[in-house]
Amino acid sequence: MSNDTTTDSPETDDVSITMNFDDTELTLGLPGEGRSPAAVTGGKSCAKRGFMETVDLNLGSSHCQPHGTTTHVNNNSESPTGKLPAAKAQVIGWPPVRSFRKKALEKSSKLVKVAVDGAPYLRKVDLEIYSSYEELLRALEKMFTCFTNQGNGVEESNKEMGPVAVTGREYVTTYEDKEGDWMLVGDVPWQMFIESCNRIRLMKSSEAMGLAVRTLTNSSISS
Amino acid sequence: MNYFPDEVIEHVFGFITSHKERNAVSLVCKSWYKIERMSRQRVFIGNCYAISPEGVIARFPELKSLTLKGKPHFADFNLVPHDWGGILYPWIEAFAKSRVGLEELRLKRMVVSDESLELLSKSFVNFKALVLVSCEGFSTDGLAAVAANCRFLRELDLQENEVEDHRGHWISRFPESCTSLVSLNLACLKGEINLSALERLVARSPNLKSLRLSRAVPLDALQKILMRAPQLVDLGTGSFVHDPASDAYNKLKATILKCKSIKSLSGFLEVAPRCLSAIHPICHNLTSLNLSYAPGIHGNDLIKLIQHCRKLERLWILDCIGDKGLGIVASTCKELQELRVFPSDPYGVGNAAVTEEGLVAISAGCPKLHSLLYFCQQMTNAALITVAKNCSNFTRFRLCILDPIRPDPVTMQPLDEGFGAIVQSCKRLRRLSLSGLLTDRVFLYIGMYAEQLEMLSIAFAGDSDKGMLYVLNGCKKLRKLEIRDSPFGDTALLMDVGKYETMRSLWMSSCEVTLGGCKTLAKNRPMLNVEIINEDDQIDFSSDDRQKVGKMYLYRTLVGPRKDAPEFVWTL
Repeated sequence: MSNDTTTDSPETDDVSITMNFDDTELTLGLPGEGRSPAAVTGGKSCAKRGFMETVDLNLGSSHCQPHGTTTHVNNNSESPTGKLPAAKAQVIGWPPVRSFRKKALEKSSKLVKVAVDGAPYLRKVDLEIYSSYEELLRALEKMFTCFTNQGNGVEESNKEMGPVAVTGREYVTTYEDKEGDWMLVGDVPWQMFIESCNRIRLMKSSEAMGLAVRTLTNSSISS
Repeated sequence: MNYFPDEVIEHVFGFITSHKERNAVSLVCKSWYKIERMSRQRVFIGNCYAISPEGVIARFPELKSLTLKGKPHFADFNLVPHDWGGILYPWIEAFAKSRVGLEELRLKRMVVSDESLELLSKSFVNFKALVLVSCEGFSTDGLAAVAANCRFLRELDLQENEVEDHRGHWISRFPESCTSLVSLNLACLKGEINLSALERLVARSPNLKSLRLSRAVPLDALQKILMRAPQLVDLGTGSFVHDPASDAYNKLKATILKCKSIKSLSGFLEVAPRCLSAIHPICHNLTSLNLSYAPGIHGNDLIKLIQHCRKLERLWILDCIGDKGLGIVASTCKELQELRVFPSDPYGVGNAAVTEEGLVAISAGCPKLHSLLYFCQQMTNAALITVAKNCSNFTRFRLCILDPIRPDPVTMQPLDEGFGAIVQSCKRLRRLSLSGLLTDRVFLYIGMYAEQLEMLSIAFAGDSDKGMLYVLNGCKKLRKLEIRDSPFGDTALLMDVGKYETMRSLWMSSCEVTLGGCKTLAKNRPMLNVEIINEDDQIDFSSDDRQKVGKMYLYRTLVGPRKDAPEFVWTL
């Protein structure tokens, strides 16, 4: 199984909106004056350091480089991110939010994708807002009632964890952990689950049957 | 010449509490100076390097309450290197030596070591209040010392500090005899807390009015704590996550109903939105609501919550509220005085959910609004002009467009006219932060109209030295000026060097000022410290004076160059 985590890549929006309009391309004069190409190439002669320059310069560094030097201009054109910074590339200290607050908001939600076999699209849930498996499963059930023939499909098939009784139940809830393995939801303590879950899949019971048989065999040894 | 005995004058001075007024009073004559200084109990020092601790003690021997600020404001945004300074210890040491009867200490952006907290806790018998905002350098061990030794502690207020958590049971160090707590704010702590010790502490603190918990305090513990403190006026929840069908949650609902005095609510550092109905019953009394650390509350849950809060005067939220949500705020919260809208994506360039529309709605619906911090995707001149018309009461106006040089998206013009309207209309404006595409023109307006302006923050703005000059010449009450990434150079810097002695400080980074310009400024100016922050040896001091200076921080001082400056800070 591949090891890549499926946590969502940051929304790469149409990044610096100003870069998309020729007329409003970053220049360093008053509006209405002749526009020169963006600060990427014209850095040296301009009095003001453009925002874009600052972004390129500060990528991965914690200080400002001296401006107005030749190397500076070269760095811009050769910067690994090319002309546009990725969504997460930042100017140091911008936006002006206290680092304490930035850090606090960074890790506050654990959004994971939820796929249901046969559904045309996926959903996302924030695992942090649930405090137990029961809550999560109820929420998933609500989210996907249109796809389960029986109202209690998801919840009940997972109630019998361990040896899975799949008769008459449509779906089994599984998740992909950090190591890329597909696991049955419910075995580990809730907090541990949150930390290790990368994505969730509601697997059709018929497919899970094969797994169940193996589980039964294994657990009869350990229980 | 005094017509009254000193005691009478002193008694009159007792009614004068504002620092500014006391300072003014002390300038009247020698006699008043003497009476004032011997009776002053609360001292405010906006820059800890403007004066020495010994100097403070010499002038105000009876001081009981000290407020100290350390690092420059831009340190909040990682523009100041870690060991720049702002160290508390020498102050505590000096005060302890001189047997100052310190009772209250309020610090902002200072480096506070465990040793200093320990010394503090042992040196001042009547110590009552410790408030730390945006500080660093200490751990829960330091807090343990304060808890154990400050027998009459009333206030322990930790706001947005970087605290190293040593997982010791520091809360247990409050002795059983400590029953004096009025305010306890632990929201910024990251580590585990001994919940039963906390509950017992609350139980024996009948005067507790303000309690803000950390993330480590789960909902069931909150319920037990609230049972002990139904008299709370200010509550910050920790983790607000539970199964709404559970017993614990139902107990909490019932307990909250007993807390009829809560007027201020914050926290929800972790939250299950379905649990929010528990707090709806107390929302109608709230005057202050801070959900800026609760990204888990959004959409309809957020709207529903706010619709219950008709008496709000202060609201701090995240921009996921959206323009529509702000519209609801505008129609619900008619008493609103202060609004802060923070970005839920702190790295900016993403899709911020609020625009000029939200702000216009607020300005139309909330006539009492006077303090604003607004992070948004975009802003237009038309909107700012409307806002200026609707709300002329602004004292603080801070606008942050996430793309800092974005023009008005409708007209593609700079935002000069919009901000110009704000400064012209808001005659009592004291603090202003600008963003968006801005030319020298906006500074012309600021210099002309912003007569009461005390603090101005500028980033990526202006075209030439003229911009900075308009401000320096026009804003007579300017105290703090901070500028980054703007084309202001030596001409502006040196035009009126006397001006800086009327101000607290000037910060300029990534501008056009040169080493030579800074040297000239510093020459023959014993009342100013001109510091260059020279990270990674960018500047070679022996050679070219025409080198541009990366970061310059200058401030007025009575005590000359500081002795604790690290290697990379040069005082010229």
